[in-house]
Amino acid sequence: MRKDGKKIPDASEGDGEAPPNELRTVSRRALITGAAATAGSVMTVGAARGLGIEQSSLDPTRVPGERPVEVGSRSPFETPGKQLSGSAGGSSRTPHHELHGILTPADLHFERHHHGIPQIDPTQYRLLIHGMVDRPTLFTLDDLKRFPQVARLHFIECSGNGGAGSRTDANPRMSPQAMDGLLSTSEWSGVALATLFEEVGAHSDATWFLAEGSDAAVMSRSIPMEKAWDDAMIAYGQNGEAIRPEQGYPARLFLPGWEGNTSVKWVRRLELSDRPFMSREETSKYSDPILGGKARLFSFVMDAKSLITYPVYPDRLTSSGFVEISGYAWTGRGVIDRVEISTDGGGTWADAVLQEPVLPKCTTRFRYAWDWDGRPAHLMSRAIDETGYIQPTLEQITDVRGPGTRYHYNSIRGWRVNSNGSVEFQPPA
Amino acid sequence: MRSSSRYGLRAHHLAVFVSALFSVWACGVNEGGPEDPGEPTLSWTNPGSSAAPFPSGQGGRYGFGSPASVTDIAVWDIDISPNGAGLPSGGSTVTEGLKVYQKKCMACHGPTGTEGPFDVLAGRVPGDEFQFAEDRSLRSTVGSYWPFATTLFDYTRRAMPFDFPGSLSDEEVYGVVGAMLFLNDLLPEDAVVDSATVAEIIMPARDRFIPDDRTGGPIIR
Ligand code: HEC
Repeated sequence: MRKDGKKIPDASEGDGEAPPNELRTVSRRALITGAAATAGSVMTVGAARGLGIEQSSLDPTRVPGERPVEVGSRSPFETPGKQLSGSAGGSSRTPHHELHGILTPADLHFERHHHGIPQIDPTQYRLLIHGMVDRPTLFTLDDLKRFPQVARLHFIECSGNGGAGSRTDANPRMSPQAMDGLLSTSEWSGVALATLFEEVGAHSDATWFLAEGSDAAVMSRSIPMEKAWDDAMIAYGQNGEAIRPEQGYPARLFLPGWEGNTSVKWVRRLELSDRPFMSREETSKYSDPILGGKARLFSFVMDAKSLITYPVYPDRLTSSGFVEISGYAWTGRGVIDRVEISTDGGGTWADAVLQEPVLPKCTTRFRYAWDWDGRPAHLMSRAIDETGYIQPTLEQITDVRGPGTRYHYNSIRGWRVNSNGSVEFQPPA
Repeated sequence: MRSSSRYGLRAHHLAVFVSALFSVWACGVNEGGPEDPGEPTLSWTNPGSSAAPFPSGQGGRYGFGSPASVTDIAVWDIDISPNGAGLPSGGSTVTEGLKVYQKKCMACHGPTGTEGPFDVLAGRVPGDEFQFAEDRSLRSTVGSYWPFATTLFDYTRRAMPFDFPGSLSDEEVYGVVGAMLFLNDLLPEDAVVDSATVAEIIMPARDRFIPDDRTGGPIIR
């Protein structure tokens, strides 16, 4: 029996599945008000002391807990959000400094569209594979799901990520989200592209394929066939659920380790050919001007990069002593071998600890125990990948590519810790 | 096809992936690259499912999907190649194109293609130099940066005008492509624009593009 004399409803009185009617219809507000009245009879509201917390009427041990709901939501106290930009096609950035581990919640995954997010009815979805194949074929979404599935953890990063931090006049009041927010990590599931290309009988002399999306930009990119035989997939799952509309629902191309734009979302067509198509997105955009009057084409692979996500702007350290410097490192060329940390502006470097799992073409969380003496410090991280590539400084990059080069902004980022504990972006000198 | 070793190839790649995953999880410490999986074996297992068998359908295929007809393909097959393959028949003139441009493009790209507010479409650099890496203030334009006019046709037809994407007739696309080439001093004002014009014009930046030479390893390129 409850205090109010009512009989505690027994699940057996209902259908055994749904919560009893009485509880189901009681609103949260009513529960809280009722509980406050009850609690008030036991203790004076707000009067108790101890533990350094308020012993309020909302003591969760004295209020019946919430009922489960069909789709959960974050604690109302946690309000991470994507940072939206004004770009015409649409883009948003992942709040790295508010995340733990390596996975990006799907609703905080970055976006970069060239003409918004299409709404696609999955029953009307078709993937057409044609060109240099024996059997031009149309696949429905159900067809795609019948093939053997692959599921892997991978990062995806826009090759324009980090542009704002790769300037000598960069704004010091820039969070990792503002600077490098066009990076996210998910578990992607789908069908290996090799499986589909086998199925349609890809010709041995096909060297490229065009991937085309069904967004308003009809995004199109040319991809070398090697990538299809290597690790490309048509993904329809993200972090355990159907891919979100912003990430290409119902299906997208996914090219592990390559610049994000090539992983064409809402993919509707793959055309096999013996030459690249030279689309606008691989010539006018996503090509990298380099010194000597040239521009690099098809600069697909994302080189090693690392990003400290704590402590960074807008954090403020409250006292000297132990500070765990943490962040992630990633490379499109395989696995991260090492991450080094400097707290003295690049004078000395020491190894960070890599947190398992350390996976190929995936972000790897790193941690470094730092004893802050309360004096100004200059924090940096640099990633070293399995090929021996060492994340360069901005100066190293502009020396070889030129100050006006675009895309692939993977230079070492730096964070100045001031003696008052405030942190600001400051790249290596 | 990559012939006899087709399945072998796939087996190899899956094996690389599986072994990479395995070595990472099993050893706990990453000690460099994925191990060499050795000789590919014919019986592969899919990392996502337990022991996926070989396709049992006809001809070693799964048999999923349905044949795409020529009509099916024609609905979506809109891409244009640098050699002009895919360009439709018909054509227009620069004069007609400028009218379309004023009506459907100018508001976003400016009266002469240089004023914005969106992407700057027109402008050449003296001597057609290509100093984009040296000078970060340079804006890339169709006349200074685009290697192929076929791309201009392809992109305009698929994605412009931004407020009504894909709404132009082929004739209108030929016209505005001609207009943009005219605004970049690449066609005279009285020019006819058809598939030959678009495929044959040599863009100032055509030979400026080189393959990616980054390879990983210690050298920064
Ligand atoms: C409502 C505004 C708007 C209108 C109208 C418009 N455009 Fe655009 N245009 C844009 C935007 C925005 C972009 C950049 C899109 C992106 O980057 O994904 C763009 C990009 C382009 C580009 C690529 C530029 C480059 O350097 O890569 C071309 C070419 C172009 N437009 C041609 C046209 C033509 C031709 C028309 C008229 C038929 C037209 N536009 C009408 C907004 C507009």
